[in-house]
Amino acid sequence: MKTKLMMTAAASAMLGTGMSTAAFAEDLTLCWAAWDPANALIELSKDFEAESGHNMSFEFVPWTSFADRMLNELNSGGQLCDLMIGDSQWIGGGAENGHYVKLNDFFDANNITMDDFIPATVTGYAEWPKNTPNYYALPAFGDVVGWTYRKDWFDRPELQTEFMETYGRALGVPASLAELKDIAAFFQGRDIDGTTVYGAAIYTERGSEGITMGVTNALYNYGFQYENPDQPYDLEGFVNSAGAIEGLEFYKSLYEAGAPPGSSNWYMGENIDAYRSGQVAMQMNFAFIWPGVEADENVGNGKSGYFPNPAGPAGQFAQLGGQGISVVAYSEKQDAALEYIQWFAQPEVQAQWWELGGYSALKAVVEDPGFATSQPYAQTFLDSMAIVKDFWAEPAYADLLIPMQERIHNYVIAGDGSAQDALDGLVRDWTEVFEDEGKL
Amino acid sequence: MSFSVTEPTKGTKWFAGTLVIGYAVITLIPLLWIIATGFKSPTDSIAYPPVVVFEPTLEGYVNLFTDRTRATDQMIEEAGPATTWYDKIARERGTVISGPSRYGERFLNSVIIGFGSTALCMVLGTAAAYAFSRFKVPLKDDLLFFILSTRMMPPIAVAIPIFLMFRNLGLNDTHIGMILLYTAVNLSLSVWLLKGFIDEIPIEYEEAALIDGYTRFQAFYKVVLPQAATGIASTAIFCLIFAWNEYAFAVLLTSGTAQTAPPFIPNIIGVNGKDWPAVAAGATIFLVPVMVFTVLLRKHLLRGITFGAVRK
Amino acid sequence: MTDTPIEKAARKTPDGMARRIRGLSDRTIAWIFVAPTIFLLLAVNIFPLIWTIRLSFTNFRVNRPNRDVEWVGLRNYERILTDPDIWNTMQATAHFLIWTIVLQVLIGFALAYLINKKFKGNDLWTTIIVFPMMLSPAVVGNFWTFLYQPQIGLFNYIVTFFTGGDPAGFSMIGDVHLAPWAIVIADTWMWTPFVMLICLAGLRSIPDSIYEAAECDRATKWRQFWTITIPMALPFLMLAVLFRGIENFKMFDLVVQLTGGGPGNTTTLTSIDLKREAFEKWRTGYSSAYAVILFVTVFGLASIYVKALNKVKER
Repeated sequence: MKTKLMMTAAASAMLGTGMSTAAFAEDLTLCWAAWDPANALIELSKDFEAESGHNMSFEFVPWTSFADRMLNELNSGGQLCDLMIGDSQWIGGGAENGHYVKLNDFFDANNITMDDFIPATVTGYAEWPKNTPNYYALPAFGDVVGWTYRKDWFDRPELQTEFMETYGRALGVPASLAELKDIAAFFQGRDIDGTTVYGAAIYTERGSEGITMGVTNALYNYGFQYENPDQPYDLEGFVNSAGAIEGLEFYKSLYEAGAPPGSSNWYMGENIDAYRSGQVAMQMNFAFIWPGVEADENVGNGKSGYFPNPAGPAGQFAQLGGQGISVVAYSEKQDAALEYIQWFAQPEVQAQWWELGGYSALKAVVEDPGFATSQPYAQTFLDSMAIVKDFWAEPAYADLLIPMQERIHNYVIAGDGSAQDALDGLVRDWTEVFEDEGKL
Repeated sequence: MSFSVTEPTKGTKWFAGTLVIGYAVITLIPLLWIIATGFKSPTDSIAYPPVVVFEPTLEGYVNLFTDRTRATDQMIEEAGPATTWYDKIARERGTVISGPSRYGERFLNSVIIGFGSTALCMVLGTAAAYAFSRFKVPLKDDLLFFILSTRMMPPIAVAIPIFLMFRNLGLNDTHIGMILLYTAVNLSLSVWLLKGFIDEIPIEYEEAALIDGYTRFQAFYKVVLPQAATGIASTAIFCLIFAWNEYAFAVLLTSGTAQTAPPFIPNIIGVNGKDWPAVAAGATIFLVPVMVFTVLLRKHLLRGITFGAVRK
Repeated sequence: MTDTPIEKAARKTPDGMARRIRGLSDRTIAWIFVAPTIFLLLAVNIFPLIWTIRLSFTNFRVNRPNRDVEWVGLRNYERILTDPDIWNTMQATAHFLIWTIVLQVLIGFALAYLINKKFKGNDLWTTIIVFPMMLSPAVVGNFWTFLYQPQIGLFNYIVTFFTGGDPAGFSMIGDVHLAPWAIVIADTWMWTPFVMLICLAGLRSIPDSIYEAAECDRATKWRQFWTITIPMALPFLMLAVLFRGIENFKMFDLVVQLTGGGPGNTTTLTSIDLKREAFEKWRTGYSSAYAVILFVTVFGLASIYVKALNKVKER
């Protein structure tokens, strides 16, 4: 560990003298999820290749196997990835198990300061332990769950009239989760232009993290908390509070009243497909899809609108997504990898990143006066980033995620037991994990 | 032809033939559907009702072999007009090809690991099978049973210690590691099959050769090997197919450098979500060679799949 | 099996013959020939097995390199065997095993019986029927998810074409009640030819003369089927069941691609569960104990079964 740190320091010192000192052209491999932003990053990185002489390769894995594959890679001490844009929840494990290189010295040496980035992304993607100035990543891609809706359908006068008659209010962006469910139920099974459409595509995926990333948007807003704010790892009455149970029941009722039939194992990709093909009026999804929606020939060009996750009885929160970029400790090309991060952190590159469809987390980009109006979804992105909450980022994150996937899917999709049973069970599972970890 | 009570009547044959052909046609539908989907446009691939007649396109194959980026106006301007047919297909979808995809590499990995492990397995397996067939080997039956029992472990269970071992030896995600692993897994099959084939070669040939002044070694490679050539070839194809199709070890022990096609194909994804035509194209390229091998192997199929337990 | 004429002949080979003529002794050659295989199997199979057993008594976790490894005795075993979820998993596995074997034996035997009627072109059609089982289960499983899509999937479309109803009205892999059958159907599609091939060999091994004798005794076809065909083909059928049983107990690739173990836990077979424990939660010690339990189960069941098979053969 010590030698690693010294190496990092030496590297940063060397880098401090300017990028042109890079003596060798290296082949760098960057690992990330296979999704739209990754393609944009390939495009963006061409400038880095031209400037530095290094050659970039990419290893992209779809979300449903991303964590599996990449954590396997890190745990096996693999040298496939020099740079890892790892999911926010991995940061604890990455830091504590020595998978990621600590970046503090490098940041100091190169005048990169975390004050320049959106605070939620610094806490979410870069810090471990949370809320301490120990950085293992640079915020790379801001992301948050939000909603996309068919503005063109919402605007139809006949639907407006019918909705007003039924619910006594105008059909529009919902002000609460309860209103969102009404709208989903309103569209469910409706005939629009000769095809049957459904209410809302929501996350229900079982195998990786899908349903957890979806259900938390309801849980948070109904009063779920991960732990006692005054006593870490105290779960009883917070994870399974009355509000949390209500939130979970809400998600199940939303699934039953408004989700397309058969959408029992859907995540980002399936939701996009359903929305683009005109099957659903709304979709829950991470913000990364919005540039693609705007550009889509079926649903783009003003036909779609965007809104942050609506409030519930206990407040308004949204599930944080997004990632920071880290240097893998097993890489033999750490210097070149750090060069990449240094290049990536530059304001001009970040601005270009936003332009290509990457959600920059740099304040200079998002606080630019023109930002909010630069894209139809830009304001929604800013509003959403202001209300984020994230899942556990503990080193034991996978142990915590797997039982949650199981409990929630069993209740919401398979209809096993009650919401109370599911969350009580989750408290037991998580308690066991924390006991194993020696935290309880 | 003389009358036989066991020869089925014409009616029976016709009836049996119809049922079997009916089953064969039904069983082929999913395979034909894979091949057809590879030539559909993304829209046709998810059309409802499913379309049987469609305008074939190579878009799936283009998407399989390339990475694409959603094109901004500026990028299209920079890239200039589309020059090749595959560029054109990508442009029609509002994307620009940013480079080759990883499919080619993964396919090549499958070839390297498949052939590498098969070759090694044949060398080791033929030698061991010859020894078991011709010599008194102490504890022969126990050894043979031990070799077979290695095939009974669930791969995931085996993978736990292998993962640790490979990690310590630096063999994770390497070609050589996968070749050694697949060789070990296939050895049981090849030893059992080859022993059966060599057992069938009359020992008199070798005796004659020995009397003519050949050494054992010479008798082995000048007399036995040529006689066993068909058996070795079909055993090799079985080993190759196993290595080619293997998924569990590949998904756990490889990530990029040595990853084979089976864990890669399900992960093929387009610019907008799941790209079924590309998946189908990848699957087609991957599955068709195996079908060809199956036809070549048909005489020895049974023997191969039962570890030589059933020989006819 | 060990007493084939060839082996007898081999044993009779004058021991010293090769030695007398120049070259290595037979014994040396035998060792040179067998040793690499045994060595590789020891390294890749036995050594890891012993390691697994050792790990199963510890709390080791691959993803916690900095934590002290402690001996926990039998606690991992105790935890597994008292965990109700494991029994659910076993139940799902049993459902899958039993139904795939029943369906594959019924359809496979029927097909073999029909093919054995020696209609014209039966060789060609046999080869075609065999295709699915030679293909990569992971790739095929992935594609079956496409066939099973509600609405756009071919499977739903064909089913509702015959039964009426809405092809978007049911989801084979999304419904708790249908998903266990979705994996049974895909596996049956893939592996019925395997049972068929073995049965066909069994049927072809029955000498015509036995049927001819039965005809002379005026036994009905029906009686011949139950008193000759079935008993004579039984050892083959049992062999097919043994192979399918072991294979499907190990099942991972096809099902993990098809359902990923969902919805809920309805199709979480033991291998999928083990993979989660070992390579997602990284509870290495715990999952080693799990692996040992599985190995003992397969080995035990297979040994009992093989004994029964040998009895049937002797009859």
